[in-house]
Amino acid sequence: MLNLIEEFSNPELSQKLLAQVKNLADQYIQKHGRKPVFMEVCGSHTMALARTGIKQVLRDHVKLISGPGCPVCVTDQLFIDSMIELAQDSNRIICTFGDMIRVPGSNGSLMDAKAEGKDIRVVYSPSDSVKLAEENPDREVVFLGIGFETTIPLLAVALKQAQDKNLTNYSMWVTTKLVEPIVRVLLEEKEVEFDGLLLPGHVSIVLGKDQYSYLTDDYGMPGVICGFYPTEVLIGIYKLIEMLLEDRVGIENQHPRLVTDSGNRNAQNLMNQFLELCDEGWRGMGMIPKSGMDIREEYAHLNAKKKFSIQVPEPRKTKCRCGDIIRGVITPEECPLYAKACTPLHPIGPCMVSGEGTCAAHYQYMREELNG
Amino acid sequence: MCIGVPAKVIEKYEYTATVDVMGTKMNVGTILLDQVQVGDFVIVHAGQAMTVIDEEFAKQSLEEWRKIADAELD
Amino acid sequence: MNDQRITMAHGDGGEQAHQLIEEVFLKAFGYNGEPLMDAACVKVTDRIAVSTDSFVIKPIFFPGGNIGKIAVAGTVNDIAVSGAVPMYITAGFILEEGFLIRDLVSIVESMAEEAKKAGVRLISGDTKVVERGSADGMFINTTGIGIYQNEIQIHPEAMQEGDSIIISGTIGDHGVTILTARGELGLISDVQSDCASLNHLIREACEGQSGIRIMRDPTRGGLATTLVEICEDFKVTMELDQTALPVRQDVRGACDMLGFDPLYMANEGKVIIITAKESEEYVLKALQSHELGKNAKVIGSITSKDRGQLLLKTPMGTTRRLGRMAGMHLPRIC
Repeated sequence: MLNLIEEFSNPELSQKLLAQVKNLADQYIQKHGRKPVFMEVCGSHTMALARTGIKQVLRDHVKLISGPGCPVCVTDQLFIDSMIELAQDSNRIICTFGDMIRVPGSNGSLMDAKAEGKDIRVVYSPSDSVKLAEENPDREVVFLGIGFETTIPLLAVALKQAQDKNLTNYSMWVTTKLVEPIVRVLLEEKEVEFDGLLLPGHVSIVLGKDQYSYLTDDYGMPGVICGFYPTEVLIGIYKLIEMLLEDRVGIENQHPRLVTDSGNRNAQNLMNQFLELCDEGWRGMGMIPKSGMDIREEYAHLNAKKKFSIQVPEPRKTKCRCGDIIRGVITPEECPLYAKACTPLHPIGPCMVSGEGTCAAHYQYMREELNG
Repeated sequence: MCIGVPAKVIEKYEYTATVDVMGTKMNVGTILLDQVQVGDFVIVHAGQAMTVIDEEFAKQSLEEWRKIADAELD
Repeated sequence: MNDQRITMAHGDGGEQAHQLIEEVFLKAFGYNGEPLMDAACVKVTDRIAVSTDSFVIKPIFFPGGNIGKIAVAGTVNDIAVSGAVPMYITAGFILEEGFLIRDLVSIVESMAEEAKKAGVRLISGDTKVVERGSADGMFINTTGIGIYQNEIQIHPEAMQEGDSIIISGTIGDHGVTILTARGELGLISDVQSDCASLNHLIREACEGQSGIRIMRDPTRGGLATTLVEICEDFKVTMELDQTALPVRQDVRGACDMLGFDPLYMANEGKVIIITAKESEEYVLKALQSHELGKNAKVIGSITSKDRGQLLLKTPMGTTRRLGRMAGMHLPRIC
């Protein structure tokens, strides 16, 4: 099997597919007088496209716009501030994913808070935070849970574990995001126009292919579910152009080894058991109705927002344009801070912090002309 | 959006399994899977197995893509 | 005394401090009865290389080594990559009250063993004890002194297009070992730290060769960060071939799982040697014939002398730029 998986990165196959993509894209350009424009919703696609160099070599053939698919980048500054406020009580252990620890809040990041002596810890899995609560029965453990649909079931697993173990010193601050509501906002606001969507390979494991029918039914927008290896992103782009050339609007699943039509029912059930739809604040975009999930009322004792009354002031504005970058309205290079005041070492916005943030991807992989 | 790594199940317990990623092992949760057996490959995200990889579909995809790759360019 | 723990009295210069020196340090580092002075007096030539380094590592014992072994090997390597022959080492210990003397003995013994392997003498040492909670077990500072014997000539200023970049073995082993050994992430792996003194390896590969441009040991920040520094300092552009990078499968697996890149993982027993194309074959073969260099590979070349960038050629044939490591290695979900 590993050899089989290795094949998805096969350089020769990738190069041939690249040539086919270019060829098809050029047919599109001939027909429509412009490049086809696609948005990758998923941050891992943003990173894969940059890391493999595919985005750069396709520059003259396909326009690829990065969408709001990085969970770190869309997390409102308010939540970082709230976590730091929570951490002021020395009896509390605040834990979260490694991704979140460097994201700047109004007065520094969680890492800065750690340096000041607050007990901030990184966990690999949400379940590890439950373990931490078991190991520290005299202290309050609060987990900052972020993520899209891939990660939300994992938060539900941790909540279930805490519930089953009757832990009274555990709670979770949930700020999660859903793909459909944000894609609908992008398609309705039309600030940024595109011809098709590359759909996230891992989120789709949970959601399933059928969940995307709103794209075709409500917006006439084609989409392809694809993975992250070079051949997979290339086939995703190829299949999108093919649909456009054939005037077809459909959702294609080019990731069938992982993604089924109906998705992972266990994951869906578990997340619906512990969490429910809520209005969610997106960084740079404000509140979007029913665009996230939070802990259900019957599990309020596990909800850190309810357990502790934390008030933090509205974060002050910076010149950071992460919000516009997340929506695909501008590229990182158009932000006045990019690569100047804002670098991976001194990030001002989360797009520069996250491994898959658009700004970090551009900074790391696309900063200068490479082959000139 | 999310890191997901293919891993081979080498030991299976009630709600967890030991998986191997190219020689590095880790214990992951399997509560999200209907069934999983030793020898299956799963995708691991942040300590949970999210799905079992369907080998047949993997082969089919590659076969189909090779045909596309080898087609004559216009 | 082995079951005892370090107390504040071990650092006060009195009887117990004396005992600790006699029974732990002098026993391990060798001492032939000469009077103990406040300073060691040794003979050196006119040009010497001096390097100092502090070692803080968690956990203190890890597969393939411990803080003591790394404190000797790390400093030996810093001297060796500068082209000098490491001769002497000094060591300063900061011990946390409560540290097990048994563990201290075992650390000091591996320092002595590593020094013997490297052919360096430990000539001066110091111990301080701090209160429990003020240090993470123990810290060690070592200073190395090496002499230039002109057998190894390095000429970084001569770096030019076509020069070869050689790495002496697999990358990221140490970094992944430490992450695994911390046990926080639940990783289980057979990988061991590559921690080793490289002075003999370097000598065999480079002695008498006129085409050695520069050597570096890619420790913290990994291969990529070290090469970016060379690129920027000397305004050379390098291109690495991603498919040529030697990475153990289990190291790659661990990195994939946590969202890390082996290019940025620490090494403690690897050397990067940049050579003229003509010297490449000799250096590579010499490295490969040595146990510590058996997986040595040519991983890229200098492609131009202007921009000072590190580039990576992907298997697809595309090229991307590599930067320094930003931030720390923390497990990611995306």
